Amino acid sequence: MSPRVRLAALLAAPVVWLVVAYLGALATLFVSAFWTVNGFTGATVKRFSLGNFETILREDVYRTVTLRSVGVAAAVTVLCAVLALPMAYFMAKVASARARPWLVIAVLTPLWASYLVKAYAWRVLLANGGPLDTLLGGPGRGPGYGLPAVVLVLAYLWLPYMILPVYAGLERLPDSVLEASADLGARGWRTFRAITVPLIVPSIVAGAVFTFSLSLGDYITVQIVGGKTQLIGNLVYANVGAANNLPFAAALATIPVLIMVIYLVAVRRSGALEEL
Amino acid sequence: MRLTLRVVMALGLAFIYVPLLLVLVNSVNGDRTFAWPPRDITTRWWAAAWANDGARQALITSVQAALGATAIALVLGSLVAFAVHRFAFFGRDTLSLLIVLPIALPGIVTGIALDSAWRSVMGELGIGKGLFSVVVGHATFCVVTIYNNVLARLRRTGTSLEEASADLGAKPWQTFRYVTFPLLRSALLAGGLLSFALSFDEIIVTTFTAGPGVTTLPIWIFTNLFRPNQAPVVNVVAAVLIVLSVVPVWLAQRLAGPAAGAGRTGH
Repeated sequence: MSPRVRLAALLAAPVVWLVVAYLGALATLFVSAFWTVNGFTGATVKRFSLGNFETILREDVYRTVTLRSVGVAAAVTVLCAVLALPMAYFMAKVASARARPWLVIAVLTPLWASYLVKAYAWRVLLANGGPLDTLLGGPGRGPGYGLPAVVLVLAYLWLPYMILPVYAGLERLPDSVLEASADLGARGWRTFRAITVPLIVPSIVAGAVFTFSLSLGDYITVQIVGGKTQLIGNLVYANVGAANNLPFAAALATIPVLIMVIYLVAVRRSGALEEL
Repeated sequence: MRLTLRVVMALGLAFIYVPLLLVLVNSVNGDRTFAWPPRDITTRWWAAAWANDGARQALITSVQAALGATAIALVLGSLVAFAVHRFAFFGRDTLSLLIVLPIALPGIVTGIALDSAWRSVMGELGIGKGLFSVVVGHATFCVVTIYNNVLARLRRTGTSLEEASADLGAKPWQTFRYVTFPLLRSALLAGGLLSFALSFDEIIVTTFTAGPGVTTLPIWIFTNLFRPNQAPVVNVVAAVLIVLSVVPVWLAQRLAGPAAGAGRTGH
């Protein structure tokens, strides 16, 4: 067999699946964002129109929800990075060689526990008069359901996705680099800030792909602990389901896609995607 | 510095585990509304959950979907990994980006895209949504886990062993059977485990691709989450899933040593 034939044989099925089916589906979705729905009959009008995007740009509610979603995703990412950095640093550079694999397991085991189970656990924890309220001194004293709860629970859910790449990055970082910094007179904190953090930026960016994207599209956790809070995902979901306006849902869905594509293309050069 | 890090690590682990422990304790909490702290201990809810047909059926559906999706992902992911490793071709970088796309994009986007595509293409052919459409949806985002694991293994082992095998006169399928496959086996297993877990846990794409009457375990939990009288049973199901989540870690550890227990994002 010639190499060309072998390559074709290897790629035929995956390309049909991922390029034709999946990319095709995404493309169709994007095209349908320019269609509209007849208000009386509910039938889809397949004629090019910018109406959906005009509505999104004109009405305050969509701008507010988009900004809120990006804000939540950014807050979750920052919270995860802030928590993951010291934990991963401890695991990779401070803990004894014997404790290290066990710490990795301890951090990663919850990843295998169900997403819903974890969100549910927080619903119980945050309930009015629940354990967190009791701990803080009575019903209504804890954060309760709402926007802060959404950020907290999403950060909880995606934290291991940040710890893992950062830990891997730190493990690859030779100790000699840190020792050189110390020999040149830098204190622990200075070395951490000036040497360690810049060198593991690609790992943090790789972790942020997960934390940011997973938060941006979430609408389940919001329903479980968010009270009346709405994110882009909730609006898309409402337009697919209750409102039965797929074109408008598609137009709304292009917002997170656009944000993610910009993000992915921007970070591809940094080599962060290799660390996923 | 070291002490601070130690404290942060301990607090971080507490943050990770306290909510899960709470679910485990509540599964034997005698009070229907999980009054805290629990006053009496009961196994009533475990018995009720065991007898719950909906939960049991949902578990079976989830296992079927995860097995199907993993099987497809194993084939597709390995094929792409081989193509990317062994050949230089036009669009190779784009292809590796495309494979990440289904998990990098928000689940709801993949969900509605697959839903409307299925309705307009497969619907025309008379194939409605059912368990099969769930398998197709899950396989799409599971491919990346296999691809990453297999590609990493191929890069590490190189092609010299296969060349040696060919030099010694092995036919291509013999080389695959006795050299390539054994080298890949643990990578396939790690990727497969990950893919199974991703599929088993998925709810968003599932919501959009499941046909009527197809209820996976996550969907079952979600629909029963807001029903107060179902709370104890939901809590037991949650507790079971927490206990079960130790299994893949244990399995991965037994297969390849502690470090391999780590790879959920496929190192």
